[in-house]
Amino acid sequence: MANAILFDSTKCIGCRACEGACAEKNGNPYNDAIAAKEKISALKLTTIQTKGEKYIRRMCMHCLEPACASACPVGALTKTAAGPVTYDPNKCIGCRYCMTACAFGAPAYEWNARLPLLRKCDMCSERQKAGKPTACTEACPNEATVFGDRDAMIALARKRMAENPTGYHSKIYGLEEAGGTSVLMISDVPLETLGMPANLAGLKLPALTWRALETIPSLVSVGSVLLGGVYWITHRRAEVEKAEGRKS
Amino acid sequence: MTARSLFSFWKLLFYALCATGLYATYMRVTGGLGAVTNLSDDFPWGLWIGFDVLCGVGLAAGGFTLVAAVHIFNLEKYKPVLRPAVLTAFLGYLLVVLGLMFDLGQPHRIWHPLIMWNPRSVMFEVGWCVTLYTTVLFLEFSPAVFEKFRWHTPLKWFRIISVPLMIAGVILSTLHQSSLGSLYLLVPHKLDALWYTPYLPLFFFTSAIAVGMAMTIFESWHSSKAFGRQLEKPILMGLARVLVVVQSTYFAMRLMDLTNRHAWGLLTQSRPETWLFLLEMTLIGLPLAFLYQEKVRTNPRALYWSSLLVLFGFITNRMNISITGIERASGVSYFPKWTEIAVTLFIVALGFGLFRLAVRYLPVFEEPGVEEIGSPRARELRRTIAA
Repeated sequence: MANAILFDSTKCIGCRACEGACAEKNGNPYNDAIAAKEKISALKLTTIQTKGEKYIRRMCMHCLEPACASACPVGALTKTAAGPVTYDPNKCIGCRYCMTACAFGAPAYEWNARLPLLRKCDMCSERQKAGKPTACTEACPNEATVFGDRDAMIALARKRMAENPTGYHSKIYGLEEAGGTSVLMISDVPLETLGMPANLAGLKLPALTWRALETIPSLVSVGSVLLGGVYWITHRRAEVEKAEGRKS
Repeated sequence: MTARSLFSFWKLLFYALCATGLYATYMRVTGGLGAVTNLSDDFPWGLWIGFDVLCGVGLAAGGFTLVAAVHIFNLEKYKPVLRPAVLTAFLGYLLVVLGLMFDLGQPHRIWHPLIMWNPRSVMFEVGWCVTLYTTVLFLEFSPAVFEKFRWHTPLKWFRIISVPLMIAGVILSTLHQSSLGSLYLLVPHKLDALWYTPYLPLFFFTSAIAVGMAMTIFESWHSSKAFGRQLEKPILMGLARVLVVVQSTYFAMRLMDLTNRHAWGLLTQSRPETWLFLLEMTLIGLPLAFLYQEKVRTNPRALYWSSLLVLFGFITNRMNISITGIERASGVSYFPKWTEIAVTLFIVALGFGLFRLAVRYLPVFEEPGVEEIGSPRARELRRTIAA
């Protein structure tokens, strides 16, 4: 059983209660100036973005096959069985390959710290362990953000679509994107028009580097034997030449 | 007289670069990455990764190619340029690690990948390979130190482990030179289609071999100028021939890749990416037009300038992949802050300075036994007598 978040843009009224609750839970400051900056940052792990009359929420998508976790050289980022992609600040070396890898711009960095760490939404992993929903879900007054089992969230999204067929675009964003995510989004327009990255359907990023990495064992074994063979042949040849030269 | 004033110009430049570099270092340590770089959440990798790491590792590739040529393929002819190439590689890797100390957010944890494993990460593999290969380079260069101090016992030990060591060095280099390209396999959603291809690892590896040759020619030329050595013409011509073959293969593969991916159409769009891509391809192709001619390969000056073009083409390629090709998708425009440039120039200056020091005090150019190894003054004297 893996948890997920469903964000329904048609129900979001832009009150930013989720932002405030997230800041409080993660020990970040929150005020009007921060609220006005509609961008994920080390101080703002989730943000509401105003898109004309509509709102969209940005946060870590908690991919089923996260590029960040495959990128991290020290395994500081992990996809947990419960759903969240968590971060271990004690392992992180600060290479920022995860930030380069992420398709959603989710990991943020403490650029002004002397020894900076990564900041990202961890889907309130600790609260989940205590059986509680995420702080943002609890704060949402209008069920625009809902939390629960991923299959149940997909069913809920389908139910809302069925009850109001004209009110929704038929696609659930996150079902296929980047190989599937644990944050699902629905709206009355395609989510891509609200700023979500396009062309990610079925794109499992970790597989792309794995294809190169998995050739390494054979490259090492074949390469060593080959180079050893070349060494033996060329030096044997020199030895023979030397010996024959001495004979004549 | 002129040589002397030129020398003092370079010396002054060196001190100036060190001074600005040290100031930028102070700013980096006290103010963090935000104070000295134009990096942001949208653009987390900049000049330090693009130049100091990607170009630094590539430009050090002469080390493993010449080790393979001399020790594994037994091409004794290239022995005189082997040790300078290994020295360049060793210093190159030390400077890459130094560059990483600036770029990493937690530089004191640089060793973490050694005990905290993630075999699915390309960065993990690069980390391991660079660590192991820097150790191999240290060992490969160590005989120069042993000879200098006439330590015969470690020299004997070195001979015992030398063959597996050299093979390991070549394998490790092959792995991480290509893996630096694999790093970018993870970002098809960010890297522009002019550069994103599944063949990135192969291209990084091939271009590294070519640039290793070019770099060896480059440093032979400068060493001959700076230390009054004879240019070894047959060696340079041999290197040039290998360079032509490898660079031609690389160039042809790049063109075929564009065709296979139906990417030529992208070049009809007038955008900065197009122009920088064309600049890169010109710098890769143009030296070939020169190097195909025997009169260029036999003329040290022409060969030097052609090799320089190869170096520039290589650098442009790495900068395009790490910066130009990523900018559009990131939604921001990035140009390094002056402190980023100051740190990079500081590291390059350190490289030249350390090379000079090593050549001055260690038997880098002389073959042991051929000439007695003495103090710099004694060698100076010998040179004057010989001249």
